Amino acid sequence: MASAEQSKPRLLTGKLSKAGMLSFLSAQGILIFFLLSMFVFSFFSEQFLSQSNIMTVVRQASIIGIIAVGVTVVIIGGNLDLSVGSMLSFSTVLVVDLHDKIGPTNAILLMFVLTLMIGAVNGFLIGFLRLNSLIVTLAMLSAIQGFVLIYSGGQNVDIADQQGTWFAFFGRGYVGGIAVPILMFGLLAIVMQVVMSYTGYGRRIFAVGGNPMAAVYSGIRKNWCVFSTYLISAFCVACAALVLGSRVMGSQNNVGQGYELLVLAGIILGGTSLLGGAGSIWKTVIGVLILGFIQNGLLLMGYPYYIQWIVTWVIIILAVWLDLANKRKRLFTTHS
Amino acid sequence: MNAPNQSRQPIDAAPILELKGITKRFPGVVALNNVDFDVRPGEVHALLGENGAGKSTLMKVLAGKHQANEGKITLGGEEMAFENPKHAKRAGVVLIHQEQSLVPEMTVAENIFLGSLPRKPFNRVDWRKLREDTNKILETLKCGFQHDDLVGSLSIAKKQMVEIGRALAFTPRVVVFDEPTASLTDHEKPVLYDVINSLCEQGVGIVYISHRMDEIFHLSHRISVLRDGEYTGTVNTADTNEDEITRMMIGRSLELDHASKPSDFGNNLLEVRNLSVKRVFENVSFNVRKGEIVGMYGLVGAGRSEVAETIFGLRTPSAGEVILDGEVVNFRSAHDAVASGVALVPEDRKDQGLILGMNCRDNMTLASLSSVSSMGFMTSSKEREVYDKYHQAMKIKTPSWRQKVGNLSGGNQQKIVIGKWLHTHPKLLILDEPTRGIDVGSKSEIHTLVKDLAKSGYAVLVISSEMPEVLGLSNRIIAMYDGRVTAEFDGDNVSEDELVQAITGMGRQAQAS
Repeated sequence: MASAEQSKPRLLTGKLSKAGMLSFLSAQGILIFFLLSMFVFSFFSEQFLSQSNIMTVVRQASIIGIIAVGVTVVIIGGNLDLSVGSMLSFSTVLVVDLHDKIGPTNAILLMFVLTLMIGAVNGFLIGFLRLNSLIVTLAMLSAIQGFVLIYSGGQNVDIADQQGTWFAFFGRGYVGGIAVPILMFGLLAIVMQVVMSYTGYGRRIFAVGGNPMAAVYSGIRKNWCVFSTYLISAFCVACAALVLGSRVMGSQNNVGQGYELLVLAGIILGGTSLLGGAGSIWKTVIGVLILGFIQNGLLLMGYPYYIQWIVTWVIIILAVWLDLANKRKRLFTTHS
Repeated sequence: MNAPNQSRQPIDAAPILELKGITKRFPGVVALNNVDFDVRPGEVHALLGENGAGKSTLMKVLAGKHQANEGKITLGGEEMAFENPKHAKRAGVVLIHQEQSLVPEMTVAENIFLGSLPRKPFNRVDWRKLREDTNKILETLKCGFQHDDLVGSLSIAKKQMVEIGRALAFTPRVVVFDEPTASLTDHEKPVLYDVINSLCEQGVGIVYISHRMDEIFHLSHRISVLRDGEYTGTVNTADTNEDEITRMMIGRSLELDHASKPSDFGNNLLEVRNLSVKRVFENVSFNVRKGEIVGMYGLVGAGRSEVAETIFGLRTPSAGEVILDGEVVNFRSAHDAVASGVALVPEDRKDQGLILGMNCRDNMTLASLSSVSSMGFMTSSKEREVYDKYHQAMKIKTPSWRQKVGNLSGGNQQKIVIGKWLHTHPKLLILDEPTRGIDVGSKSEIHTLVKDLAKSGYAVLVISSEMPEVLGLSNRIIAMYDGRVTAEFDGDNVSEDELVQAITGMGRQAQAS
């Protein structure tokens, strides 16, 4: 009898710790997935875990990563930004083309101003006129691609003196042995993570994304909040354009084509919900890195590069499904 | 109240539905512990308990939404294990939801038979049969709408009827009503009572969950009480009284809200002059003094919430002005209103009051972020201070500040919304239906709190559809009907009849003086 009485609480505690373990796993799932995929790839390729390969992957991922940091803020605020791909084309072509015409400093300044203006137009239409963000940024995507072609007349642009200019610093330079793109990515990610987690501004963005009506009823200026997220997104695109233009020292008209999807893939993979009101920058960083390492691993294993598009798709579906399954479970554990 | 059912005698029959020893565990919580419950055919069995006592969980187990860890369910002598709501519905157990789950763009008929539309060969919808079946159901409901009315165009009470019609489509043996009157006004309730009574006459067993004692004593034959997931007992309605039930619910006698009304008034704080919003309300004028509670009474749709929203800067007035502390303000946004010391506890906690996915602390500080941050950075120690302060002062029951507010009971959610606004240190506090869907304990706590606030100098405007609430709180009462103020009463010298006349438009000539 005594043993029967004892077994009951033990069963209960056993169940509890199992549930605790599960919730830990699902919370840290993305990190575990990351380590697991690194582990698997390291079996297939010896170079995979070499320092130089890791640095290469991170550097390649940093352009997508920089943009993803900004788009994550937009998504947490409850909207989408699909225009980042052609904005990247626009800003890169602009900064590269102006480099020789008005000098690197002026080129960079003008590029930032114009990119922020595009962000402001997005932000105005979505924040103040309350148009649907999917439609607005999708239209912006195609409109800007048109502007790029008008501006460049269909010609690709490049910088004449590729060795002499200090502009090379952003894409090719190193500080303390670490590539500048990685530093910029890291710095932006840290700053935005701090802003989103520790400032009143960040809290307001989460509130607006979580329940716009309740945010307004709490005296939060929702329109301005939404507007500002598009400025942040545009700023990040401008930084990415700086890195991209500087690394290639030239630009095709459509250099940013498809980036919007890669950026979204990284964000979704990281686990930020497209519904808004939840998510974090560091998750996005890890999502972007996973994407980078998987693509790199596949290449090292000898698969043609286009396989990675299909694999990326599978991973995204998997990530969304896991996220949903997790949410359903949570729905059932709420009790009233 | 109306047509007292003087002490309904318990119906003597073998139970149609029996739940025995139901235990339901969620990770980390035992939501139900060895609960017994039964329903006899033709009786109304009321289920009571404070928010979070496990009523809804028990009903979800009954309706197949949750599966019990232990215990058994017997329906008509047959043991059942419902795997999902559909299964339970087929067996004749139907739950009528607290939150309505209708599709507003579809007709009444389509909504009633949603998911089980009658079919013709090739999977086509049999519209004629649908119409006939629907009309049959509408006849028993005796309600004033047609099978082809769009649900979106119906009033809340009529939507509730459609919801009930949906239950009838399954020829139910047991119907569970989960707070059916939460969104009904006093004069819409009798229609619901009639339907419940006619269901009883057909031998259907009714489970009735509500916080409102008057309804429960009016309707039910027996009353069962849950407390903290435990079954505390069942009594015959005829042999009991409110005190006993309350003791069963909260384990002690309730300290009812006996606080006196505030009586020390200062200057005019809020003055509303001829305020209008086109096609919503017209020419609304009233004032609220410091230290005074003004009640705004009227039916849903009379324009009360809209007046509050206009004062709060969420709507733009087409005419008139809002004067705060002697200054014309006419706020252009809620942000400006908050900055000038106006607070609005909105009608709909879930949509307007809270970010359900955020934790308790973050919701609490949301309207006063600058007070808990320096140089734009949040100070988490200050945030905790604010949270702890209101957590204690308002006796909010949460396991921790990290709890998402979506997981809290209605009473605790409402206290968080009120706490959020108190921390903005407003001069004017507007409460829109502050105790809707809240258990008796929390309700009287909130009432006492509101009176204390007024006594400490707040000007308070309370909007409510509940007459006892308005009468119990207000120094003055403003009655609204159809977008107009129809009368103003002294809160201590007004009869219920006068009030009812004023909010149904009957007393408009009478109050010309």
